[in-house]
Amino acid sequence: MDIVGNVLPQVLKDEATEDKGEMARLQSFVGAIAVADLVKTTLGPKGMDKILKPTGPGQEMTHITVTNDGATILKSMYVENPAAKILIEISKTQDEEVGDGTTTVAVLAGELLREGEKLIQKRIHPQHVIAGWRIARDVALKRLRDISTENDIESQEFHNDLIKIARTTLSSKLITTDRDYFADLCVKAVLRLKGSSNLDYIQIIKLPGGTIRDSYLDDGFILKKQITIGCKRRIENAKILVANTAMDYDKIKIYGTKVKVNSMDKVAEIEAAEKEKMKHKVDKILKFQPTIFINRQLIYNYPEQLLADSGITVIEHADFEGMERVAAATGAEILSTFDAPERRDQVLGHCDLIEEIMIGEEKMIKFTGCKKNEACTIVLRGSSIHILDEVDRSIHDVLCVLITTVKNRRVVWGGGNSEMQMAAACEEEAKKVQGKQALAIEAYARALRQIPTIICDNGGYDSAELIQNFKVELQKGNLSYGLNMNDGTVGDMKELGIKECMRVKEQAVMAASEAAELIMRVDDIVKCAPRKRERA
Amino acid sequence: MSLAFDDYGRPYIILRDQGQKKRMKGLEAYKSNILAAKAVANTLQSSLGPKGMDKMLVSPDGDVSVTNDGATIVEKMEIQHPTAKLLVELSQSQDAEIGDGTTGVVVLAGKLLEQALTLLDKGIHPLKISDGFDRACDVAIKHLETISEEIDIQANEHEALIQAACTALGSKVVSKRKRELGKIAVTAVLDVADLARKDVNLDLIKIQTKTGGSVEDTRLISGILIDKDMSHPQMPKEVKEAKICLLTCPFEPPKPKTKHNINISSAEDYKKLYQQEQQYFVDMVKLVKDSGANIALCQWGFDDEANHLLLQNELPAVRWVSGTDVELIAMATGARIIPRFQEITPEKLGKAGSVKEVQFGTSNERMLVIENCQCTKAVTILIRGGSQMIVDEAKRSIHDAICVIRNLIKDNRIVYGGGSAELACSIQVLQYADEVSSVEQYAIRSFADALEGIPCCLADNCGLNPITSVAQAKARQLQESNPRIGIDCMELGTTDMKEQRIYETLSSKKQQIQLATQVVKMILKIDDVIAPDDY
Repeated sequence: MDIVGNVLPQVLKDEATEDKGEMARLQSFVGAIAVADLVKTTLGPKGMDKILKPTGPGQEMTHITVTNDGATILKSMYVENPAAKILIEISKTQDEEVGDGTTTVAVLAGELLREGEKLIQKRIHPQHVIAGWRIARDVALKRLRDISTENDIESQEFHNDLIKIARTTLSSKLITTDRDYFADLCVKAVLRLKGSSNLDYIQIIKLPGGTIRDSYLDDGFILKKQITIGCKRRIENAKILVANTAMDYDKIKIYGTKVKVNSMDKVAEIEAAEKEKMKHKVDKILKFQPTIFINRQLIYNYPEQLLADSGITVIEHADFEGMERVAAATGAEILSTFDAPERRDQVLGHCDLIEEIMIGEEKMIKFTGCKKNEACTIVLRGSSIHILDEVDRSIHDVLCVLITTVKNRRVVWGGGNSEMQMAAACEEEAKKVQGKQALAIEAYARALRQIPTIICDNGGYDSAELIQNFKVELQKGNLSYGLNMNDGTVGDMKELGIKECMRVKEQAVMAASEAAELIMRVDDIVKCAPRKRERA
Repeated sequence: MSLAFDDYGRPYIILRDQGQKKRMKGLEAYKSNILAAKAVANTLQSSLGPKGMDKMLVSPDGDVSVTNDGATIVEKMEIQHPTAKLLVELSQSQDAEIGDGTTGVVVLAGKLLEQALTLLDKGIHPLKISDGFDRACDVAIKHLETISEEIDIQANEHEALIQAACTALGSKVVSKRKRELGKIAVTAVLDVADLARKDVNLDLIKIQTKTGGSVEDTRLISGILIDKDMSHPQMPKEVKEAKICLLTCPFEPPKPKTKHNINISSAEDYKKLYQQEQQYFVDMVKLVKDSGANIALCQWGFDDEANHLLLQNELPAVRWVSGTDVELIAMATGARIIPRFQEITPEKLGKAGSVKEVQFGTSNERMLVIENCQCTKAVTILIRGGSQMIVDEAKRSIHDAICVIRNLIKDNRIVYGGGSAELACSIQVLQYADEVSSVEQYAIRSFADALEGIPCCLADNCGLNPITSVAQAKARQLQESNPRIGIDCMELGTTDMKEQRIYETLSSKKQQIQLATQVVKMILKIDDVIAPDDY
């Protein structure tokens, strides 16, 4: 501040930066497009996987992840660029909201911004671009809803739809070769939920060993626990008591309690009293006459022995989710007090057979013939834990999509059909709109069309030719045509049976447009000085 | 700071650690302060108006937020310069008082400072400038009142309110859905408004955000939404004709505040204590149940045993309800907040039509909706959107809209937007300037120029030629003596803001001009800055 009026005083903190106008915009575009390009190659049935390696000290190379799932890739990346963070954020939301299409949403937002950048270079004001995109988005969504079809939830067609959707979702994953098998498995699991959307009730157990083909859906329910030693390993017609209670030493919860004694006799007395208290509790439990007792918490040897003596099988340390699943499956109530044995019929769960089984190396407890059959278990097998993790993510995606479909029921043709149709709708609209917005609408159409183009490119096919042929087919009125990624041709999706959930597409288009708009509107980026951290 | 020395070469020390301090005085101080404040105003300038752009702010921890809201931008910029900080406070006081127009006020202050700088260069004393600004401000405010119009907020299904909300939302990222969101905001405010007293308790409007879906999915829930679920997974998910017991004591054995010890010295004591403890839970649940309550909401946690007893007694319960939610529920349902189990009586229970659990998305998150509350109609606006940033920005936008509507209910006078009010004031101030015979004349004239800066800035942001369009608008205002001519930002083909229905509240405009003038006066009075050297 030496020469008055010539030097701008420092307004922001040291190390804080501010970028304005074109610089700010350039920065956002570069960041967002880079992120989109990164996940681009995973798109579609011929997409490639990524290896994610953890950084930082202490974490060894053993934690690597191999995945095809957009949300997982983006979540694990540390990015500095704020616009890139927005893309990651929408991908996460997509994952939470519908579970699939996480790559699509990031790629679509990236492509929109790529087109937007070109328009800005042509000196079109960002607000005009946004205005055009908004029109385009509405048109696209309207077309998407128009082309979707709906089947009755009970009908066989709907069931077939579900299988087709599951197959389509799986086709881009590692387990694509076994997709028929897994599609069937997932659909069965979801239908067991009977319309409920609580994914917690579908348990996935991963066990290395065997091949992927050895995975199966257990019609019963499997708890990843062992039956305590000395108890029966097979129980028929079981009455199950599910509890969440302290079975170690039942501590007194009244605040400020202390045991203060002045002789050894007293200690022995109190110990006896403690023991008696536990015995009392066990007696109360016994009044319920269960044949099996499952507790969330630890069970000490003494009560365990008491229970085992009465011929009750004991399972300790079941985790909380496990408990809820057991309760849901067997229709039991989770108990913490045991003073009302008269309610026995209401609180006890029932199942036809409980037995300890071996899957691979591990012992598990299997419940078959449960009272309420809402919970189920998918046992995944595979040669390594990396494969299992990836299969788990794929199955999770499929389950999410299926649940969304069950809720929404609308389906569209896959193979890029919906994107092409939406693009066509935008182009028709662009012809009717006056003003600069029309250019942005056309740009939107191009961005949408990029999705099938990238799918083609990832498959190693001639995307330019295929997309053009595709356009022609749609123009001819073959509205169910799409990309046949097996042969690299354009084919009828009806014959190939490739369907997708409308809700996933809808959410992807909405979220991507919103994110692109958000980034487009920015003309100034202020980065605060990073917080100083104490180095440990 | 330079040191002065006496005859013996010893420095005069006046301030502590004088050598490490920096001092600026006189013209140097004025100019440096003005430049710093202007730098902030310049950043905000491009956010003004319906075609204003957003700012992306990265926090010290790397979190990103994108916003158009002036108060939020300056707050998150973490400004260090003391004079620039005054502008931050300016924006925040506008936010606290009015809720909207936080960008406008900073831009206006910037324009005034710009004018002050040229006046300083002319050699006019800063106090003369601030006096002139003061007088001009009075004239502008008076003129604002004369051109303001009263509107009938009830007419045509509250159309005027919706339009005013739309004006506030027009500059935000949610502008595409401004009509829908405007309606939601109007309905929400009217639901809780006390029209007889012309007052609105904004605490009754809860804004809850949840990522997912799109901004269109934002909806108004005529009840309270709390981000909690039932304490036990097997409790019923819906309670009809709910009688709510609102507790601020945990379902746990009491913990007296005084420090105490209970010493167990014999087995009998131990047994007694155990029984006592068991009895506590039974009693608690019994007291709640006996009062006739069929749902308990508790600010604290539950012990496992208590939780199960509640289930067993078919008494659904919710734990860890936040303090603000507890108060809101109390207000809405007429429940008394009960701090001790012994004090539960049937009269203290709140009533609501239904309490139910709703679920979103695949991630298994649940929320509770309390609907048809007995007393006031507390409402919740549930905002959805593609990402956290959009949802946050939508929340800020809706807050602005709600504030505008509240201000209109308090005072139904409006002025027209699009820079028309500023232009009209500018013309008036300019006329007044010629009547003043002292040096202040120049300052008053500059004030008029500064006011003109707002429509200029609007036009600039909309991609219009600022000088031409402002000149045209000004000429038409004078010819037709119509104070409603402004800048046609949306390119709708008319510059009459009444036809475009761009409404702004009189209170907001008045406050903007007054606050901006005050801050500028304050900055102009500083002639000496003493600060640490590393600053």
